[in-house]
Amino acid sequence: MSRAAASNILDRPLGRSGGRGGSSSEGSAVSLSAFAYVYSELVQYHQGRAASISELERRLESAGYGVGLKVLELVAYRTKETKRETRLMSILHFVSSSVWKALFGKSADSLERSIDHADEFMIVDYEPITSTFVSVPPDLGQLSADAYVSGIIAGVLDGAGFSARVTAHSVNVEEGEYAKPQGGNVVTGLPARKDKAVFLVKFSQEVLARDAALER
Amino acid sequence: MSSPILFVIVGKNEPLFEAEIDTYTGTTGGNDLSTRQNYFVLHSALDLVEKSAWTTNSMYLRVVDKVNHQQVSTFLTAGNIKFMLLHGGKGEEVVRSFFNEVYGYYVKLSMNPFYKYDTPITSLAFENRVRAAARSYLS
Repeated sequence: MSRAAASNILDRPLGRSGGRGGSSSEGSAVSLSAFAYVYSELVQYHQGRAASISELERRLESAGYGVGLKVLELVAYRTKETKRETRLMSILHFVSSSVWKALFGKSADSLERSIDHADEFMIVDYEPITSTFVSVPPDLGQLSADAYVSGIIAGVLDGAGFSARVTAHSVNVEEGEYAKPQGGNVVTGLPARKDKAVFLVKFSQEVLARDAALER
Repeated sequence: MSSPILFVIVGKNEPLFEAEIDTYTGTTGGNDLSTRQNYFVLHSALDLVEKSAWTTNSMYLRVVDKVNHQQVSTFLTAGNIKFMLLHGGKGEEVVRSFFNEVYGYYVKLSMNPFYKYDTPITSLAFENRVRAAARSYLS
């Protein structure tokens, strides 16, 4: 098996402003089934080694953390090459729109601020691909397979200097909350989901203090 | 006498990459004393960089410090990795172009799954490209 002159990764183009080196019409799209298979192996691998639910979630989160750090640099380079985010709201918008688009092909469905706690924000995704093909057995209770995505979010925020604790929760969808055709998910052909993924982002105190100081 | 240019990439805790570039020959050079002094000047400028990092949202921070006849220019990546250049008064545009090119190499390097963020950069290919960019932009 011969390889044409192996090019150093430093020479390959990175793609700018949405244009990427992929060959599919949309840019660099990876097939959903390929991702789902690899992800299911990842979850099984960690499940075999974790002793408890929270340890499994922690392992998934740390798997996603490294991805988040790199995604931050890549997406920032591709979208706005000369600006970085210094404010809380702008980094959250960056995560819920640019990062989500780069990873999942669409913006996050909503970004909310918690009423009870000033340091908590919620990013909502009605159909996260990490849990689309996952059914959690009853003995694993509250486990959210989207812990991988919360690791990605934590990586992006930490890299940018906004340390935060991010957790994934599955919340039931209210009637009429979410307008999708009754036929269910168009892409996968599965029936409409009954729960959405909510990523709770809790910033550390020093981040809030710094942001408040910048406000003035 | 050419004042050698010192380029350092600093992460959150430690320097990740250092290159002293003598733009006339493109190789490392300079005697020990001035080298140490240069490193000292660069590291002392880090405080100033930290201070101004949060007041602006552009990546290029221009000249943050002036010592004797040398200037320290800084560029911050999205992940708050600092690229710092100690030079003897190069024009802003050339420094900015140099930083942009190195930034491109840095992002490509970080796409390597085996490169852990905020760890020292040991890739020889990266070093060669940084030196080549310095030669083309800064001499």
